[in-house]
Order: sequence, then structure tokens, then C-alpha cells
Amino acid sequence: MTSTVERPVSAPPAASRRRFVSKAPLRAGAGLAAAAVLLFAVAPVALSDFRLSLLAKYLCFAMVAVGIGLAWGRGGLLTLGQGVFFGLGGYAMAMHMKLADAGPGQMPDFMLLYGQLDALPWWWAPFRSPYFALPATVLLPMLVAFLLGSLVFRRRVRGAYFAILSQALAAALAIFLIGQQGTTGGTNGLTDFQGFFGYDLDDPVNQRMVYFIVAGSLLALLLIARQLIKSRYGELLVAVRDSEERVRFLGYNPANVKLVAYVVAAGMAGLAGALFVPAVGIINPALIGIVPSIEFVIGVAVGGRATLLGPVIGAVAVAWARTTLSEEFPAAWTYLQGLLFVLVVAFLPGGLASVYRLLKERRHGRA
Amino acid sequence: MTVIVSQLFTGVSIGAVLLLIALGLSLTFGQMGVINMAHGEFIMAGAYTVYVLQKVITGAGWSLLIALPIAFAVAGAMGVLLEFLLIRRLYARPLDTLLVTWGVSLILQQAARDIFGAPNVQTRAPDALTGNIRITDDLVLSNNRLFILALAALAVVALTVVLRFTSLGRRIRAVVQNRDLAAVSGIPTGRVDRLTFFIGSGLAGVAGVALTLLGPIGPTMGTNVIIDAFLVVVAGGIGHLKGSVIVAFALGTLQSLIEYSTTVSVAKVLVFVAIVAFLQWRPQGLFTLRTRSMA
Amino acid sequence: MDGLKVRDLHVSFDGFQAVDGVDLDVAPGDIRFLIGPNGAGKTTLVDAVTGLVKATGSVHFGDKELLGRPVHQIARMGVGRTFQTATVFEELTVLQNLDIAAGAARRPWTLLRRRKAIPAVVTDALETINLTTQRDQLAGTLAHGQKQWLEIGMLLVQDVPLLLLDEPVAGMSHDERDATGALLGVVSRDRTVVVIEHDMDFMRSFARTVTVLHAGKVLSEGSVAQVQADPRVQEVYLGQGTRDA
Repeated sequence: MTSTVERPVSAPPAASRRRFVSKAPLRAGAGLAAAAVLLFAVAPVALSDFRLSLLAKYLCFAMVAVGIGLAWGRGGLLTLGQGVFFGLGGYAMAMHMKLADAGPGQMPDFMLLYGQLDALPWWWAPFRSPYFALPATVLLPMLVAFLLGSLVFRRRVRGAYFAILSQALAAALAIFLIGQQGTTGGTNGLTDFQGFFGYDLDDPVNQRMVYFIVAGSLLALLLIARQLIKSRYGELLVAVRDSEERVRFLGYNPANVKLVAYVVAAGMAGLAGALFVPAVGIINPALIGIVPSIEFVIGVAVGGRATLLGPVIGAVAVAWARTTLSEEFPAAWTYLQGLLFVLVVAFLPGGLASVYRLLKERRHGRA
Repeated sequence: MTVIVSQLFTGVSIGAVLLLIALGLSLTFGQMGVINMAHGEFIMAGAYTVYVLQKVITGAGWSLLIALPIAFAVAGAMGVLLEFLLIRRLYARPLDTLLVTWGVSLILQQAARDIFGAPNVQTRAPDALTGNIRITDDLVLSNNRLFILALAALAVVALTVVLRFTSLGRRIRAVVQNRDLAAVSGIPTGRVDRLTFFIGSGLAGVAGVALTLLGPIGPTMGTNVIIDAFLVVVAGGIGHLKGSVIVAFALGTLQSLIEYSTTVSVAKVLVFVAIVAFLQWRPQGLFTLRTRSMA
Repeated sequence: MDGLKVRDLHVSFDGFQAVDGVDLDVAPGDIRFLIGPNGAGKTTLVDAVTGLVKATGSVHFGDKELLGRPVHQIARMGVGRTFQTATVFEELTVLQNLDIAAGAARRPWTLLRRRKAIPAVVTDALETINLTTQRDQLAGTLAHGQKQWLEIGMLLVQDVPLLLLDEPVAGMSHDERDATGALLGVVSRDRTVVVIEHDMDFMRSFARTVTVLHAGKVLSEGSVAQVQADPRVQEVYLGQGTRDA
């Protein structure tokens, strides 16, 4: 009876099997090049400053999606708590920027405003140094993922159990942050940043610079993910997803294989959170709890979980649709979002990335 | 001393609420392996049933009692519909079921917003349940908490009786333990699945009725409780009612003791840490069935 | 080459003794068949040796104790196994399946790079299991018999000195069974092999020694002829097995 729950994302029926491996990596080389041209040559010319900064925000979500694609699409680890790592990266960056805004020896403005504290809490202090804060945006999420992952994977907590635990962590962190109003800004989070390493964030030129940093980081993450997917490790990860026990009987410890994917995905989400803060200007508990965490997964599912570029396209498309629709028709957007989730996951598990192939197969079928 | 006793009572009553919301899950998730994220919205549907009934029936006591079977039927019917339309197509893909039902839960929440409005609403509690029972000066037990405790106990007993002693219960257990064998033995597994889902979802409706006694109800009330409910079933071990019962009360007591010495938000984190630590010791939950094959 | 020594092995499931005090000596280079009626504890015995289920007693492979170690460590100590239903990685190609089986000892750094050349053992194995032309085909698209051969190929490249095979010819056609027998002949050269099998013809043509399990205990042990002549074995198999055996 445990079988239904323990099995990793189970093998789809034979007809749809090809979508998960296919020749995607070959095409992805061309896809990556096209993405680079779009991000660096087309978008900055074609889009207004306002649109470009919106795109920067979407690309941050896309960075999270790249990690989820690796962990979930390739490794079968349905992580419903990426908001935790996004948030850790975001808060680490935001704390540094708050301290930098305040100036040497000063406390951040919101702490003075709430007036609950006489001195800077000890755990804020190290974030004053950029040499600590910057690495921390990536390493802190990776450390948390490492701790949780090594505990649960070693004990073979997997499948739905893992999904629920990762989601519970997101809920716990969001509630915790809301409760610590005096030191974390509570529900409001951290916002009102003036500068980003000395550059004035109100200056459109600097906002463009932030965009280019985000776009460059996304490309770098895609290259890392591509290398991992095409390496022997990537094959092993798929093997663990499909039959963890079999891998174990070949002399590998699947816990370590999963841990690598989970930790890398956490680092990617951390970097995304860190860049989200200068790009959008805020980080708060509403951006990292259960709902945003599961929304990260929607984008990946819509785009195509097991491909390299699918998650990126899906994340950007869903975020764009949300901005466009939710302002004018908030109710309709929620219905659409729910429906999208139901239809894509239930009836098109390969996501948009599989549409082209399905169409081609259908044409072949007719011919 | 009385402080401890009164904290224990708080813990037990938190546990009773946890148990009520987790009981249906221990059937659908625990017995069938279906991860239904819309379970929280079935709870919400049960709560709004009370709200709607009170528009018609003015007596708060009567409306609450009548709401219990109606909420069970409403939430159960929603569950059967969901099983029939979506879940049965996804039995081989448990993680995808999770995502699909989350989409359903989004839709149901928005529907509640459109029908009842986004702000929370309050239902009237019967007079009999608003008072307290004073044991000593420091130890006061509130009637509504006692009522929930009794309701949880009743639900557990009823579910146990159904599973143990009725032919439906035997069929449910047969399908759970060996679906193929049950099918060739002439048990209509599809119908048993739907009935199991009806009972599990109906229990969510009953839990929703109970939650109206504890505070205002609203479209997002399901999201707030669903994670805790899943954690109870995960830590209790799937396929075992008694695991869920023990874990619900243990978690409730733990939470009330931690909240007493720290804050609610710290308690959340510590309870999570406690569950991860517990799963180190019992990765399959409190109770498991040991079997031969590698599943 | 090492032998397998099992002493007083017990496995219980919720009070039910699936393996109830088994002693078993498999000499280095032996090909031992485990037979017995359903529920005799054959698979559970193999599960215990490979670390899949908890057991008490002792299991020595050479001079190393296996009990109490995690599955992947036991595999690295040189114990390989197959399952009743062929388990290959269906969404990887035949080549990738074999490459993974060959690579448990690879350093992390090697894992993070791409495969530049096909390892010689993998090329050899592809030829041995006759799947060279299907090299880049997904394992999930192979025929049932081919999957079984791929699994044997994985054991070949894994290159372990002790093999535990769980019903390697179950559900196979006559031709497939002969081909599998020939393959197992290749695999068992210079290795110690334990085979669980119901197919008596297969056993007679392939076994060197036989152990009969019944109700979690060893009922009889010896050569094929000795075991077949044992009246207790005939009694256990009466009605279903005697015609076969």
C-alpha cells in the first residue's frame, strides 16, 4: 500500500515516453543562443524602461524555474518550497542593502520606526559586509537545502512526503517572518531601497544595468543546468527518478544524487531572490510562502518540466499573463490559473514543450 | 500545576481540531494514496454550509446540528465529483494529482470569493456552546472545545466501525491492500474508490462545521489548515487511523506547550523541526506495514 | 573469488517468520539454485542478503559481514542482483543504462562531465547481450526478453563476484530462455551465482547445487539428483511439482 506514494513520478505510458529524453539537448544549444539574442539584443531595444524592469522580475522567476526543472523534471523531486530559498537569498541581499542605505554604524530605517530595538540584532551585523552578504545569498539557501535534504533523503523520505515537507517549510518560514516584525519587517518585509552597491536605483540607467545582471545570471544558470543534464550525473539523476532502488543496487547512494540536484536548485532560487530585490525593490513573506512557492511550479509545469528552456518560457509566460490579466480581471485570472494547472498537469504533462512534438506525431499519424 | 493541566487541555483541543481535519485525509491520502490539496476547500465548503443554513434556520443550535449531515453530504459530493472527473485518471501519478488538485483548490477559493465575498464572515454559535465549565479557578474548559473533542471522538469511532465491521469497510481495505486481487474477486474497485472518497471528503465537511465554532470563516481557511493536516497523516503513517489519532494529539500538545513558552510563529518552526526529527526515527510514520517486495 | 556463508538468518514481517533460521553455504564459483514453493522465503532470503529487508543472524561474503549495511554499500562490496520483473531505466538508452551500471566507482568529478568515449566493458557487454544495434534506443521500448538481457548486461559491466538472480527466465518464450541460459553461462564464469527459479528444466541444465526452502527453513540440499530423490522434497512439491521435478 505504500507503493502508490513512494513511487517517484511514475513512468508515463509508452506513447508519451519519448518526451522526457528526446533530442532536446541538441535543440537546446540553438535555443540557448536564441534566448541570449532575445535577452541581450532584442529586449533592451524593443522594450520601454518600465517593460524592461518587468521583464527583469519575470526572469528572476525563470531562474527559480531552471532549478525546479532540474530537481523536479529530471530528478522527480517535487519541491513545493522553493520560496524558502528565494526568500533566504532575497532577505540576505535586502538586509545588506538596508544596512548600506543606513550608512556605517547606523540601524535600518524600519527598525528605528518600529522602535522595538536598541541595537542591531547580532545576526544582522555580518550582512553589512558585501563580502559576506553576496556569497550568503547563494550559500545560505544551499546550506539549508543541504541540511534538510541530507536528513530526509538519507531516510528515504520521498515522493509526496517530500513534497509536503518542503511545502510545510515554506509555510513555517513565512509565518516565522511575519511574527518577527521588529527584526524582519514582518508582513511588510524589507523595502524602500535607495542604492545598490552605490548605484542609485531610481536612475533608469542603473535599472537597465540590473536587468543585464539578471539576464546574464539566467544565462549562466542555464549553462550550468545544461552541463548537469548532459553529464553522466544527469543520466544518473533520471535513473534515480525512475527507479531509485535499482540505482541503489548498482552501488550508488541515491540520497547523494538527489541532494546535489536539490542543493543546486536551492542555490539558483537564492540567486534569483537576491537579484529580485534590486530589480523589484521589495522582499516580503507573501513572496515566499506556500502560494508563491507552488506558483513557481506552475510555470515549470506549463513550460515543460523535463526540458531545459521549457521552465524558463513557462515561468515568463505565466508571470506575464498574471501581470496583464490580474490587474483588470483578478477573479478571472485566479480561475484561469487554476484551470491552467489542472489542464496542463492532467492532460499535457510534457507542457508547452511537448506541443510541437505532439502535433508532429499527429501529422505523421495522418500521413 | 493547573497551568500545565490547562495547557494540556488546550493541547488536546488543538489536537482534536487537527484530528478532525486530518481524519478525512487519512482515508483519501492514507488509504488511497491520493494527495488531494482541495481537501482544505472541502473543509471550507462545510463551514459555509453552516453560514448558509443560518440564513434559513434562525436557531443556532439546530442549524449547527442540521449542518453536520448536510456539510458531510455537500463536501462528500464535491469529493466524488473531483474523483470522477480528475483524480481517477491520475492514480498512477500521485505527484501530478497533488498539482492538479491544487489548481482545483484555487478555483474553489475564487468561487467562494465570488459567492460569499472576500472578507471573512462570522457564524453564530449556539448558546449552549458559548459558555465554560469551571473546574477550578484556574482551570476553565470552554464548551465549544469540549464539543469539538466529542465530535472528533465520535468521528473516529464511526470511521473505525465502518472500516472494521461493515462490508463496505472490508471492501475498502481489500482494495487498498491489493487492488488487482480485489478486482478479480468481483469487487467493483471504481465504485469503492468513489465511496472512500465520499466518506473522506465528507469528513472534511464535518471538520468545517467544527471550525465555525472557533472563529470567522473565509475563502482561504482551507489553505491555512491543509498543511498541518497533511503533516499529521505523514507522521502518523499511511494506512493507519491510530497513527493519525496519536500524532494529532501529540502535535496539538507540543504546539500548545511551545506556544505557552514562546510565540505562535516560533512554535510553527519548532513543530516543523520536530516532525523532520521524528521522521529521522520513523521515516514511514508512526505505524507502517512491512511487506516483502520493493514496491 | 569468495563464497557466501549464511548463519541462522531470521526475517520477520509483523510477527510472521518469512525466513526462519536458514544456514546456507555457497562455495566460491558455485551455481546454486534456490527452489521451493511460493512463500518459502526465497526472495526474502535474497532481500536480506542484499540489505533490502532487516534480518538477524549473519551473512558473510568472503570475510566481510553484510548484515546491517545499507544496500548501496553491499552492492559495492561485490553483490549484484536482479528482480523478478526486469527493472531497467526505461527513459534512458541501452547505452546509458550500461554506462550507469559500470560507473558506481566513478569520482564525482567524472560524473559531472559528459561521456566522451564508450567504456570498453560497455561495448563488450553490448555485444554479449546482442543489443549493439539497439544501443541508442530507450530501454522502455525494448521487448520483455531484451530488457532481461539488458539487466544481465548491467550485471556484467557492474562486474561483481557474487550474483543473486531472481527468476531470470520467468515469462520467457522457449527461445528466449535458451538465449538467456547461454548468457548466464557467460556471466557465471569466474563468479559465484545464486539463482531463484521455478523452471525445473532450466534448473536441471544449469544448476550445480540446489537448496530447497520450505516455510522459511532449509528442507534439503545437494546436487540436482540428490534433491530430486529426497522424499521430503517430493512431499512438499506433491500435486504441483512432482510432475515437473
